[in-house]
Amino acid sequence: MRQARGEAMSVNGSQRVDLEVVANLIPPQSRVLDVGSGDGLLLELLQETKQVDGRGLELSQRGVNECVARGLSVIQGDADKDLEFYPDKGFDFVVLSQTLQATRNPKLVLDELLRIGNHAIVSFPNFGHWRVRLSLFVKGRMPVTEDLPYSWYDTPNIHFCTIRDFVNLVEELGATVEKATALDGNGQKIGLSMPWWFWNFFGQQAVFLLKR
Amino acid sequence: MAALRAAKTNNEADNPSSPVLHFGADKPLKLDAGTILSPFQIAYQTYGTLNDARSNAILVCHALTGDQHVANTNPVTGKPGWWEVLIGPGKIIDTNRFFVICSNVIGGCLGSTGPASTNPTTGKPYGLDLPIITIRDMVRAQLMLVDHFGIEKLFCVLGGSMGGMQVLEWASCYPERVFSALPIATGARHSSQNIAFHEVGRQAVMADPDWHGGKYFEHGKRPEKGLAVARMAAHITYLSEAALHRKFGRNLQDREALTFGFDADFQIESYLRHQGMTFVDRFDANSYLYMTRSMDYFDLAADHGGRLADAFAGTKTRFCLVSFTSDWLFPTEESRSIVHALNAAGASVSFVEIDTDRGHDAFLLDEPELFAAINGFIGSAARARGLRA
Repeated sequence: MRQARGEAMSVNGSQRVDLEVVANLIPPQSRVLDVGSGDGLLLELLQETKQVDGRGLELSQRGVNECVARGLSVIQGDADKDLEFYPDKGFDFVVLSQTLQATRNPKLVLDELLRIGNHAIVSFPNFGHWRVRLSLFVKGRMPVTEDLPYSWYDTPNIHFCTIRDFVNLVEELGATVEKATALDGNGQKIGLSMPWWFWNFFGQQAVFLLKR
Repeated sequence: MAALRAAKTNNEADNPSSPVLHFGADKPLKLDAGTILSPFQIAYQTYGTLNDARSNAILVCHALTGDQHVANTNPVTGKPGWWEVLIGPGKIIDTNRFFVICSNVIGGCLGSTGPASTNPTTGKPYGLDLPIITIRDMVRAQLMLVDHFGIEKLFCVLGGSMGGMQVLEWASCYPERVFSALPIATGARHSSQNIAFHEVGRQAVMADPDWHGGKYFEHGKRPEKGLAVARMAAHITYLSEAALHRKFGRNLQDREALTFGFDADFQIESYLRHQGMTFVDRFDANSYLYMTRSMDYFDLAADHGGRLADAFAGTKTRFCLVSFTSDWLFPTEESRSIVHALNAAGASVSFVEIDTDRGHDAFLLDEPELFAAINGFIGSAARARGLRA
């Protein structure tokens, strides 16, 4: 999971923009759980700029040890298995950044996020982006892009979805979208007035603020 | 030489080469066994200076056969303190910055009241007349020591193995007195397998004819063979198969070929015999029985209706747990179940598993990743506590 996000971060500056978008959704002094906290960039950003009470859950042992050595409150664990141990509404915000597509059971994970947090923030790469569509349509091959650099056989990203797919899942889980942002290939926010189909076509990343 | 040192150990029980705090009849120690210990004494060491706000105190809890000499030359063995790699001036736990306290646990044999101490009512060593001591009893006594220093809230309580059990007990019993807790290579209960190993050790001690039902001092003897065997068996559990193989393999000890006898042909045999022999010079056999029993009885969840999370309900303490991949005495799963309980209690918790083949004893060794984790955790806790760098 960390690998998925770390990799994405190293190849494209737009990922940092995604973190900023996430951070801007969180008011100061909130209690935050970052699921798939990776190298701790978001937690560090939130602690420095928002003085949050931040915790992390991260799959990679090395990522966890690095975070703890930097004074972050992070535990080793698996989003698919370990969320059940957290109490209901134990956090103001639960963040799942660039990790949903790497979980075994995204529906269950999202359900857990909505149970644990008063709000859930989910960011993910949009598989409906025109480059992805073009790759399948023209080349007839699974897309390998700058943002998604893996081949189909070695990717940690096992559950891709498009922005529209995600919105459907949110509805299925009885949650509401409080806020949504799509970012284009340059990490720029796509205008709010644009319709869903436009976001789904030109959005490379999506960030959703959810509540149930 | 061994006899000389043995005499010194016995002497350390009543008149240790450490500061001692005496508690008279007015301050009895309430024991889980349903009785009291009174009078009693605690031997301890301190390092560094307590600041004016009394907010920089760190309590170190020692393991099964440890003692209060955590960061000074051990008066019995002449060896460096057992955690000098971690604690001292300019070290990760910097005694220029923190006030570090380490006390010998009740039931120990280096100056806090234990089975080798003189029973004031008989004038002879307690032996088995000492009530069974639990981890919580040890912590209750430590609290009295902390109160003596006028420390309202310890900045950190840390320890490994049996020391980690004390850390968990502290955090559970006195959460308002513990700002941060660092239990290492430990569990919230002693497993069946661990109780089994302890029982082997105890039976080895008690099978030694020199044990005399625990009254060996009165017979001018010590059950050295039994205690050495107990130590040998236990020592295996502190290592790992990989580490043993790496260090010793099937190498022969000072010989070219097998002797076709029962001498210590293999290096590992020689090593274990040495471990057993040196241990009896520094440790009291009855104390070994009491220490192992205290760990066996430890079950934090059972003390809270079977739900471990309830042991930490509402806690504000910051936790950091550490386990080692090759530790089969307290495997990572033991730490993980504590982490899950702390998650359920909504506690602030970090958890690091360190990849090493050095087994349970890794917590006592120079493990850079362990030190990095402790450094990060202590550093951020110190900032949160408002302690100067």
